[in-house]
Amino acid sequence: MSGAAELLLAVRGVETYYGNIVALRGVDMDVHRGEIVTLIGANGAGKSTLMMTICGDPRARKGRIVYDGMDITQMPTHEIVSHGIAQSPEGRRIFPRMTVMENLQMGAALVDPDHFDKDIEKVFKLFPRLKERIAQRGGTLSGGEQQMLAIARALMSRPKLLLLDEPSLGLAPLIVKQIFDAIRELNEKEGLTVFLVEQNAFHALKLAHRGYVMVNGVITMSGTGAELLKKEEVRAAYLEGGRH
Amino acid sequence: MEYFVQQLINGLTLGSIYGLIAIGYTMVYGIIGMINFAHGDIFMIGSFIALAVFLILTTVLGFTFLPVVLLIVLIISMFFTAAWGWTVERLAYRPLRGSFRLAPLITAIGMSIVLQNFVQITQGARVKPLPPQIQGGVTLMEGSTEAGTIVVQMSYMQMIIILSTIVLMVGFTMLISRTPLGRAQRACEQDRKMAALLGINVDRTISLTFVMGAALASVAGLMFLLLYGVIDFYIGFLAGVKAFTAAVLGGIGSLPGAMLGGLLIGLIEVFWSGYFSVEYKDVAAFSILAIVLIFLPSGLLGQPEVEKV
Repeated sequence: MSGAAELLLAVRGVETYYGNIVALRGVDMDVHRGEIVTLIGANGAGKSTLMMTICGDPRARKGRIVYDGMDITQMPTHEIVSHGIAQSPEGRRIFPRMTVMENLQMGAALVDPDHFDKDIEKVFKLFPRLKERIAQRGGTLSGGEQQMLAIARALMSRPKLLLLDEPSLGLAPLIVKQIFDAIRELNEKEGLTVFLVEQNAFHALKLAHRGYVMVNGVITMSGTGAELLKKEEVRAAYLEGGRH
Repeated sequence: MEYFVQQLINGLTLGSIYGLIAIGYTMVYGIIGMINFAHGDIFMIGSFIALAVFLILTTVLGFTFLPVVLLIVLIISMFFTAAWGWTVERLAYRPLRGSFRLAPLITAIGMSIVLQNFVQITQGARVKPLPPQIQGGVTLMEGSTEAGTIVVQMSYMQMIIILSTIVLMVGFTMLISRTPLGRAQRACEQDRKMAALLGINVDRTISLTFVMGAALASVAGLMFLLLYGVIDFYIGFLAGVKAFTAAVLGGIGSLPGAMLGGLLIGLIEVFWSGYFSVEYKDVAAFSILAIVLIFLPSGLLGQPEVEKV
């Protein structure tokens, strides 16, 4: 899949700080068009920070982020996402006092309204549960439903690059499987490029074409999903004894 | 009975004006969590602009057909008052976004003093009169008491105020609940970071909220001018604090709450004046503020489940 494929997202030497505390210490990473790339690592390694830095909040203090040939390092968040990046962020961040429908409408805020009916049918096909909940407020959904809604909302913006932050967090194994199947389907059928942050390393590496391992704000290993799954260090740190 | 109905009409009229101002407080609080204490002065600026435009149109340009004159006055004063609201946000609040919570509150009070003194210096401290423009009314009922006959009247001015408040509030509620702009405002209120991740320009949405609040305050300013016929640089303070009380009573952050609170404060004030004493009407209104803050801090409609803006 990778190799000759076109570079969609390039992260070069990115350093991010929260006040004076360093969170990313020079991260290099590539995502090619049509790939599923995963980033695994322990709690607090900086995975979510990298994802938010790509979207410009917090802003990288050093380094460059190039997306689709554009330098987006200094762009405001709402402009970055207007170029086709969508994120299902850490903690899902569903609008609690809006209905499922309104949350999805917010996802489509930048899209031509003519596409809305077709797009919403598509996400309902992916997550039929959401259709049953359409008039319910976001804050009253279960965790799994909120996760589905967060992904569906991101898809409503017709992204070229989908950023998913721990879609499996706190969910029952069956729902995790549903969500991962949906990601694979989107990637295979529509060529959607996905960058996935996960603690659930086993599932993520099985799904992804390539993966990166992050420790304390730096990338320590990279390779194809299958390669990383075989590595002794990865197995010891993220698989054995961890969540499968 | 007749006396009661008359006070009810007066109270609803005053309450409409408070409600329109209260919406500006509650919307700004909803979206950025601060009390814009300069909002009452935006209302005052609105009434001054309305008076100036009215005088220019009638005496300098010689327009005489009142409905057209009032419509032009309304549009121009809404525009300029909204520009004031936008400027206040841009100068005094946006640079402080992300700093500690008290900072924008302090600049809000500063902004309020600046606006009052600006008008006082440029327009003078004396009251500015406007002769009654819309006279007459409808007699609703008549009754006789020992003191003589009592006539319950609803003036055309009161009708216009109550009706246009209803129209504005219905339109505004639709705007917030149905349109993409209203949705973006509610999204910014619930999770600003996520709204930005979905492509919403948060700064612009906040600016628009100030503009909308100021435009409604300018309508209230025009109504106040036409109803009472006198304005001065200080009217914004009292009206502003009462509208703020209304917003707190209704549940700050809640749009229907602001309307309900406005009507209630108007009614309380008028009935208090009618049955007890005029001197203590402000005491009555502010006692409500203290009681609500102590016993019902989230207001009448301020529960988290209620739609907020």
